[in-house]
Amino acid sequence: MKAKIRKIAVFLEETLSEMGRTVDPPSRRAAAAAVIENPYAGRYVEDLSELMDIGEELGELLTQKAVAALGIAASTAESYGKAAAVGESGELEHAAAILHPKLGTPVRRVLGKGAALIPSSKKRGPCGVCLDIPLGHKDAAFVRSHFDGMEVRINDAPRANEILVAIAVTDSGRPLPRVGGLTKSQIKGEDGLR
Amino acid sequence: MPEVRVRKKLILLEEIFHEGGPVAAAPQRRGAALAVIHNPFAGRYVEDIAEFMEDLKPFGLSMAQSLIAALGGNPRVVEGYGKGAIVGTAGELEHGALWHVPGGYAMRDLLGGAKAIVPSTKKVGAPGTRLDVPVTHINASYVRSHFDAMEVGINDAPRADEILLALVMTTGPRIHARVGGLKASEIKGEDGLR
Repeated sequence: MKAKIRKIAVFLEETLSEMGRTVDPPSRRAAAAAVIENPYAGRYVEDLSELMDIGEELGELLTQKAVAALGIAASTAESYGKAAAVGESGELEHAAAILHPKLGTPVRRVLGKGAALIPSSKKRGPCGVCLDIPLGHKDAAFVRSHFDGMEVRINDAPRANEILVAIAVTDSGRPLPRVGGLTKSQIKGEDGLR
Repeated sequence: MPEVRVRKKLILLEEIFHEGGPVAAAPQRRGAALAVIHNPFAGRYVEDIAEFMEDLKPFGLSMAQSLIAALGGNPRVVEGYGKGAIVGTAGELEHGALWHVPGGYAMRDLLGGAKAIVPSTKKVGAPGTRLDVPVTHINASYVRSHFDAMEVGINDAPRADEILLALVMTTGPRIHARVGGLKASEIKGEDGLR
């Protein structure tokens, strides 16, 4: 593995009730995050291909861990998202190199499908910085009940020369969705949008 | 339905000249318009909330207008966008979902019928909570140079019975974009994706 991983954290959230109403079945989201060494920390490097390869490795590893945390068959995952926080000696572009060129393919391979864009966010920040991973339905980006986000943070990461990389997977949308729009039962799943 | 009761508005502007690499000819600018409004559904479960989206539509339009004004008044400089919401602790995540339609369509209309879905995230949080608002190209979600995000927040908001609404616009790619992928110059602009 090219990635030098210091730490992996897995988060599993189950929402059982909202505003006193039971959510049945519970709304469930999982995120897996890796803290890796940033090979380009502290200097400007033009070619970021090493980080792109690391993204490919982490795409598979973190998706598998998130699915395992949910305890579901990978093919029944419903929404997904990805995000990265670069430590202060790195560059925002380092997050882009991990997230965008190669990370998505293994995510989709693990989940079996994924016609929709994987929503993402990125930032630079100190240890303990909070990442909001945007979430969208994996086969149809416009499914309104699945527009969501999941916050993750690790108190001791990213250090200045590290990058925190996270992938979130769910088996459901928001608890008690009721703002209309496209529903998951209406998905055509052809263009990734509807 | 309830009117939109605003406590506070905030405009944020970032100008990014470099991140350790070559200084760009023109800085990338990111702007956010934030508004803190009363949550008419705070403290109890209300089933029918969707009509509040209608009340939020003119408000979203005015927020988007003020953001374009803050970026200099010309909507044609805007290349990326995103939206988000933080619901105060007496509210529900679903209340944040009310922002999708009014926030998204306000920006799309003012930006000349922008074609791409507006990426978004949301959460429930205390005053001072920060939110990473995801950003993508306004006409083609897959333009890799424009995958971005902006962190926003307000120290004293949202209070328990408030919602913090956010719109974000950017004027160009990440400052040292160099991880390949679809370029803005290659957009077909038909399906909102490529």
